[in-house]
Amino acid sequence: MPRRFPLLWASLALWAATAGPARALTAGQALAMAAGSTDERVAAVQQAVLDADERTAAFLQALADDAVQLAAGKALIVRGDQGQDPVTGAEAPLPEDAEEIINNNRMRGEIDTALAGLALLGQDPARRLAAAQALMRAPDAGRLALLDKALAQETHAPIRARLELARAAAMLGSADASLRRAAAQTLSASATPDTRRLLNERAALEDDAQVQAALQAALRAIDGRLAWGERLGALFSGISLGSILLLVALGLAITYGLMGVINMAHGELMMIGAYATFAVQGVFRQYLPAAFDWYLVAALPLAFAASALVGAVLERGVLRFLYGRPLETLLATWGISLVLMQLVRTLFGAQNVGVENPAWMSGGVQLLPNLTLPYNRLVIIGFALAVLLGMGWIIARTRLGLWVRGVTQNRPIAACMGVNTARIDTLAFALGSGIAGLAGCALSQVGNVGPDLGQNYIVDAFMVVVLGGVGQLAGTVYAALGLGVLGKFLEGWAGAVLAKIAVLVFIIIFIQKRPQGIFAAKGRSFE
Amino acid sequence: MITSPLQLPAPAPLFTRAGWSACAVALLAVCALAPVLNLWLPAGSLLHLSDYTVALLGKIMCYAICALAMDLIWGYTGILSLGHGLFFALGGYVMGMYLMRQIGRDGNYQSALPDFMVFLDWKALPWHWALSDSFAATLVLIVAVPGLVAWVFGYFAFRSRIKGVYFSIITQAMTYAAMLLFFRNETGFGGNNGFTDFKRILGQPIATQNMRMLLFVLTGLTLLGFFVLARALVRSKFGLVLQAVRDAESRVMFSGYAPLPYKLTIWTISAMMCAVAGALYVPQVGIINPGEMSPANSIEIAIWAAVGGRATLIGPIIGAFIVNGAKSWLTVAAPEFWLYFLGALFIAVTLFLPGGVMGLVRQCKNRLGAWP
Repeated sequence: MPRRFPLLWASLALWAATAGPARALTAGQALAMAAGSTDERVAAVQQAVLDADERTAAFLQALADDAVQLAAGKALIVRGDQGQDPVTGAEAPLPEDAEEIINNNRMRGEIDTALAGLALLGQDPARRLAAAQALMRAPDAGRLALLDKALAQETHAPIRARLELARAAAMLGSADASLRRAAAQTLSASATPDTRRLLNERAALEDDAQVQAALQAALRAIDGRLAWGERLGALFSGISLGSILLLVALGLAITYGLMGVINMAHGELMMIGAYATFAVQGVFRQYLPAAFDWYLVAALPLAFAASALVGAVLERGVLRFLYGRPLETLLATWGISLVLMQLVRTLFGAQNVGVENPAWMSGGVQLLPNLTLPYNRLVIIGFALAVLLGMGWIIARTRLGLWVRGVTQNRPIAACMGVNTARIDTLAFALGSGIAGLAGCALSQVGNVGPDLGQNYIVDAFMVVVLGGVGQLAGTVYAALGLGVLGKFLEGWAGAVLAKIAVLVFIIIFIQKRPQGIFAAKGRSFE
Repeated sequence: MITSPLQLPAPAPLFTRAGWSACAVALLAVCALAPVLNLWLPAGSLLHLSDYTVALLGKIMCYAICALAMDLIWGYTGILSLGHGLFFALGGYVMGMYLMRQIGRDGNYQSALPDFMVFLDWKALPWHWALSDSFAATLVLIVAVPGLVAWVFGYFAFRSRIKGVYFSIITQAMTYAAMLLFFRNETGFGGNNGFTDFKRILGQPIATQNMRMLLFVLTGLTLLGFFVLARALVRSKFGLVLQAVRDAESRVMFSGYAPLPYKLTIWTISAMMCAVAGALYVPQVGIINPGEMSPANSIEIAIWAAVGGRATLIGPIIGAFIVNGAKSWLTVAAPEFWLYFLGALFIAVTLFLPGGVMGLVRQCKNRLGAWP
């Protein structure tokens, strides 16, 4: 055991040496912590922590590890076949009829916080801070004495501040109304979602009018300070959702917007990109575990290539016979999407597969107490921007883009000028499909990867393109970001599903007003 | 100069003699043959119609009504709806609410409230369940609710001249939004699980052989009735305008017609037909849940119509039988092949059979006619 918690041990030993003679763990205490009703055991644990020595810590750890057994009215630590007296540390014979101790969830939580409490008195500042934070989350008036003791010897200012908060949080549960009021005032100075939750919980139980008023005042103060974090948080998740919608819709902006193909298999092309990412991850795990963190970089071109290839085959094999009959491309591509979905089920199974974030994409930057920006979302926003710029560049600046624009604007003239229109159709469709593959690769980092992946996004994708105005790249961008932000703000107010419904209704109404989308193509034709 | 009055050709009859005979045969098959084969022939007999087959045929006839409704709006008016699953489900839900009330206190919790409400700890019926204990009100609401939804949606969509693919996509959004709404527990439609465990209809037990046969015959008669109605509609002047709208809407407008009322009427009628199909479907299948509103289901209705052949009325009915027959056979024989088959069917029909099965039949007929 000392091997596992060297710091705890060292600090406890030091504390035991400097804090003067402390009462050591007694056999009675050990028994009280191990046997009896949960209430009695909890009280015993809280009592024991107050004058703990290393034996107490070892015993608590043994309790947490389910390594304590009862034998002949004594609690024994059992490691392997070896019994050990918790008070003396001497080996003790383990009788046949030794009884295992079962900890319920409450007891486990209590033991964990008790261990955290012991860490409070330790040497390592990082551990003390973590312990103070843990105690803050599970406040209990029974631990006030321990917190006072820790405060008395704490010199590190940030940890002191944490401890004060933890102490106030514990005081909220005190039986003394004036203590509770003081606690509310202390807590109002901090602005974290944690303190708000604590205050809210207390306010629901509070009978005393004065304390209730103090609680409400504290809640108002915190709300005011948290509001900005929340607003920015909603804006960020809106932009993040918008960037995903943009990725999903960009490929469709080519295949539908420019070419007029209602590609219901667009979602399945994204699914192919996601599964390609999954396959690359598997290859890296198997053959290049050292470079695993960079599998995503390798997966990007592969996802693009896989989806583009499938797209090119579809265009050559099916869609080129259907140009000019949009409703029939809809039916045929729906059929293709069913086949692709079943194909993936046959190859990879019907269950979702696991795609991991590489290490550099997990975690996030904390900007405000209640605003953390996860790295994977930030990366996807940047990626969506990069794909958008890349696509804009291809359409506006390259020869392929010129031909695509030419063919979509006036096919016969383009053909007369020597453009191989059939080949341009195939290339453009492959480009749109490849971008769908890139979107799938990105989606694999934020959501489930399964055969249904495409179905979950296809309605959204079409909404974005239709709302933006068909054939309008800028419209697609505005529509994706607008829908993302609108959706997230509504979500904070009405819940996820209602927000989604509201967005769909909004689109239906918007299309009534502007049937051509945000950016209508200018023209004089009657249709 | 006196011109002779314009000679108009005599209006074509609704059906030729062969058409009426075919209807009579179908009527006979539904009303006499099926009950005899199912109820009176012993189970061992070669001609015996098993309960499973009766249930399957009843279900497919409901689907055929949907396909017929789809043909009116898509085949004859050129408006592809990807939201007909919503109207089907709404009709089904109205019927389902009535059937839930008919359970009475025989549910798992022995409460007057439907089980899922007890489970959610609700104390009283929500307001929209008010009329659900009356069969007469249910019959009215089956067509009134989806009809109203369709009318309002159609009015705004057609007024802004949304058409073609745009219309298809926003109908898809409509049914998708409704599905999300019905999946929620607090909307009072049983959430995920929808309605099931029906016990009685009009006080009679629902799971008996006779009741099953009755519902089957009713569905068959409805299908026939709707077929004759649809035929009358498309042959009338109203129907001719619809076909003109399909082929050249601008020219219809320039000829002095406002397409809006025509489109709106056929859209609402089509939705109501679908709703009746849903209401007949629920007691026969014994369950209704929000899955019926998924965009995929609505697209399948369009497939039935396309497979059979658009703008033929009889084609979509045949298409519904072919596709669903294949489905019920394949999902038992080789479940993993069903989606391959359905997908391939979609692709093959659009590529090789633009006229569907009826187009094939017509081609064969022409070939045979040209035979010396």
